[in-house]
Amino acid sequence: MNEIPEVERYELSEEPPYHFGFDRRQFMKAFGGGLALIVPLTNVLSQEQGESGRGGFNRDLPKEIGAWIHLEQDGSIVVYTGKVEFGQNIRTSLAQVVAEELHVPVSSIRLVMGDTELTPFDAGTFGSRTTPTMAPQLRKAAVAARETLIELAAQKWQVEPSSVRIVDARFVNHDATKSMTLADIAKGLKLVKTIPADVKLTPVEKWTVAGTSTPKVDGRDHVTGRHKYTSDIRREGMLFGTVIRPSRFDATLEGRQPVSANNASSNVIEDGNFLAVTARDPQTASRTAQSLAARWKPSAESQPGNAELFDYFRKTAGQGRGRPVGSITDGFSAADQKLEQTYTVQYIAHAPLEPRASVAEWVDNKLTVWTGTQRPFGVRGELAEALHIPASQIRVIVPDTGSGYGGKHSGECAIEAARLAIATKKPVKVVWSREEEFTWAYFRPAGVIDVKSGVKNDGTITAWEFHNYNSGSSAIQGRYDIPNQNVQFHETKSPLRQGSYRGLAATANHFARESHLDELAALLKMDPLQFRLKNLKDERLRAVLEAAASHFGWGKPLKGELRGAGIAGGFEKGGYVATCAEVSVDRRTGKVKLERVVEAFECGAIVNPTHLHNQIEGAVVQAIGGALFETIEFSNGTVLNPRFSRYRVPRFNDVPPIEVVLVDRKDLPSAGAGETPIVGLAPAVGNAIFAATGKRLRALPLAPKGLQT
Amino acid sequence: MANIALNINGKKLSVDVDPQTSLLSVLRNDLDLTGTKYGCGEAQCGACTVLVDGQQTRSCITQVGKVANKQITTIEGLEKDGQLHPLQDAFLKADAMQCGYCTPGMIMSGVALLGKTPRPTREQIIQHMNGNICRCGTYLRIVAAIQMAAEEKRGAE
Repeated sequence: MNEIPEVERYELSEEPPYHFGFDRRQFMKAFGGGLALIVPLTNVLSQEQGESGRGGFNRDLPKEIGAWIHLEQDGSIVVYTGKVEFGQNIRTSLAQVVAEELHVPVSSIRLVMGDTELTPFDAGTFGSRTTPTMAPQLRKAAVAARETLIELAAQKWQVEPSSVRIVDARFVNHDATKSMTLADIAKGLKLVKTIPADVKLTPVEKWTVAGTSTPKVDGRDHVTGRHKYTSDIRREGMLFGTVIRPSRFDATLEGRQPVSANNASSNVIEDGNFLAVTARDPQTASRTAQSLAARWKPSAESQPGNAELFDYFRKTAGQGRGRPVGSITDGFSAADQKLEQTYTVQYIAHAPLEPRASVAEWVDNKLTVWTGTQRPFGVRGELAEALHIPASQIRVIVPDTGSGYGGKHSGECAIEAARLAIATKKPVKVVWSREEEFTWAYFRPAGVIDVKSGVKNDGTITAWEFHNYNSGSSAIQGRYDIPNQNVQFHETKSPLRQGSYRGLAATANHFARESHLDELAALLKMDPLQFRLKNLKDERLRAVLEAAASHFGWGKPLKGELRGAGIAGGFEKGGYVATCAEVSVDRRTGKVKLERVVEAFECGAIVNPTHLHNQIEGAVVQAIGGALFETIEFSNGTVLNPRFSRYRVPRFNDVPPIEVVLVDRKDLPSAGAGETPIVGLAPAVGNAIFAATGKRLRALPLAPKGLQT
Repeated sequence: MANIALNINGKKLSVDVDPQTSLLSVLRNDLDLTGTKYGCGEAQCGACTVLVDGQQTRSCITQVGKVANKQITTIEGLEKDGQLHPLQDAFLKADAMQCGYCTPGMIMSGVALLGKTPRPTREQIIQHMNGNICRCGTYLRIVAAIQMAAEEKRGAE
C-alpha cells in the first residue's frame, strides 16, 4: 500500500517538457570509435524522473537512456552511469555485474560516474535504486555487447556465432584452436547499437563474478591516500573561498567594515545576503573574513527550539494524507483492550566525514564544478537557476565522495564556489567547516507520531490508528494484518531545513510501530516475537524475524542484572530486516550499553556478500547514534551543538558485537541495501531497555544522558 | 611569515608560512599531500592524524612551527617501493572502509598504536582508536584489520 507519496524528500524536479531525438554521430564523436552500447531505461519509476540531460555532449539525448557501455579501441571497457559512489561500493558492484555478463575480469572495466557531460541523465543516487534499476540495465547492455562482439568475431573467422565464446576477455572458437582479444575486434570499429529488449541474462545461480565478494575496485587508492576527493582537488591558480555566515538562519546582512589595506590581496564578494572572501590561501581568506566584522539582523519573529518543537508541529499540521482501511470504529468496538501512546524523534545530522566541498572554474563562458553531491544533474539545474547560466554551459563532476547518507542532495556549496569563480575569474575551492556542515546543510526531520490501537485478548490486533506529524511517510504503512486502519501523514512547518536521511522516515515510523507492538505484547503478557508472528502473514518479514530470533537465541534467559532483549522487524525499499538487541543498564550511572546485536537482512539475490555485510554493519552502527544519543540542539534560529565535541556520534567503544544473518533469495531480484538495515535498531533497543528495566522510552534519542532509574 | 624546515616522509623541505598555520593546512594546501584529511578542526575525529617522531598527532590543531625538523610521517609515506604497510594491506583484506575518507587517519592512528604496542588487546585497540570517527560505521572491521596486522607482524618475527 503506497498511497501516501514520499513527499520528503528527494527534492524532485519537474518532468521535462521535451524529449529530444538524438544523433548517433554524437556518440561516435564523443567516443572516437569502438563499440558503443546504448542502454535504454526500463522500469522508469516516478522518483527517477527529473530534468532531461540537457548540457554538453549529452544535451540532446533523451532521458530514457540510463547508461552506456563502450568498448574502447584498446579492448578495455568503460561504463558510463550518472550514479555516484559515496561508500556504497557501487563502483565495484556495477563492475561485477558487467564483468559477469561480458565474461571479462572486473579489472578490465572502468566506470565513469556522475559527470553531467559524459554520463546520461540520472535523477540521483538515492532511494536504494542503483541495485534494482541500474544494475539490471547494465547487465542487459553487457549481454548485448557480448552477443554483438561474438557476431563480429564469428564474421572475422567465418564461423557460426554459436561456436564462438568470450572467456576471460578473449574470443575462442569451439575447439579453442583460435583466439583473439577484444582489442582485435574493437580496432577500427565504429558501431553504435541500442540494446534489444529481449536479451537473456545469466541466471543468478550461474553467477561467478556477481554474487561474490570482489574487493573494492579502488581500495588501494584509499589506503594510500591517493584517491582525490573533491576537497583534495587543486587547479592551477586556484583561490580559497570562505563564506561569512549569518548569525542565525533568518538574519539579513546589515553592514560590514571595508577591506583593510593589509588584507588587500583578498577579494570580497557581496551579493544581497551572500558575503564571501577569496584569497590565495585559506588562512588569509579567514583573516579577511573576520576583519569585515559583518553585522547581521535577525528577523523579529522568534523561532521554536527543541522545547516547543512537538507542540509547534501539531499547531502547524495540515490535513492528513492516507486512505483508511476497513472501519476504525468497528475495529475499536471489537477490541478487548486499547492503547494510546505518542512517540517522538529529534532532528539529527548526517555529519558526513567529508563536509560539503566544491571546486569551480569559469573558463570561456563555461562553468565546471567538482562537488560531492548525490544529484549531479540536479545540482547542475540549481547552478543554472542561481547563476542565470544555461545548463548547457555547466558541467558538474562528482569525484567519489566522503559519504552522504542522503545528506548531500543539494548544491549550496557548489553554487558558492561557482559564484566566487565567476566573480574572480579564477578557479575557487570552497570546503565547508564542520560547523557549517552541522548548521547550513539540512537535517533528518524531527517528528511526532500518535498511535492508538485495539487488540483482542487472544492477541489479534483489530484497530490501528497512526498519525505522523512532519517526520515523513516512508514505511508508514506496516505489513501486519490489521483489518481496520487509519494511517495518516501530516505535513507541518519545520523550524529547521530538513531533507533525506538514510532510510528517510522509515526509522521513525518503525520506531513508533515496533515500540507500540511491544507495548501491546506487554499489555497482553505475550512474547513480543509470538505476538508479531500472530498478526503477520508476509512471509519475507516472517522469515527475517525468525532468522534473527533463532540466531540470537530469542527467549533464552540472559545473564546479569538489568539486562534485556528486544526485537523489531521491518521492510523498506524492497528489503526486509529484523533486529535483536541485548542491552544492559548500569544501576549506578544509568548508562545504557548495547551488549549484542543480531540483524537478519534479505534483499533478494545478493550481489556482493562482503560489501552487503559491511553495509548492514555500518547501518547498525549509524543507527546507534540516532537511537541512543544524537540530537540537534537548537533555539531561535541557531544550532547550539555544531561540533563533534558537542554532537556525539557513535565511536569504537559504542559498538557491540554485530552478527549479520544474510538471507539470500536467489529467486528474487536484487534490492538495494544502503538504507533499510538502519530501521530496526532503535525500536529493538527501546524494547530491550523495557525488558531490562520495565521503563518504556518513547522518544528518540532514547538515553542521551543515560537512564534515570 | 617564516621559513620553516620540515622533514616529511623522509624528505627535507622548507615552507614559507606563518608558523601558527596548522600542519594540516600546510600538508594539504602548500605541499599537496592531500591524503591527510580535514574532518572537524578540533581534534575530535582523527581524520587528520599523522605521526610526529612516531607519535600519533592530530595535524589540525598542531602548529607547523612546533614540528620544524621533527620526523613527520603521513599516509603517503607508508608505502615503501610499491609495498604496502601491513596495516594498509590488512585494511584491504578486512574491507575496513566504505567511503574511505576516514581511512588514512585510521591507518595512521593504527600504525601509532602498533608502534608502541605491537600486540594490542581488543580493549587496547578500542581505547586507542576511540578518537577516530568513521561515519560509515566500519569500526568492527577496522579493529579486525589492526588485529590482522598485529598477527602478521608476530608471524614475521
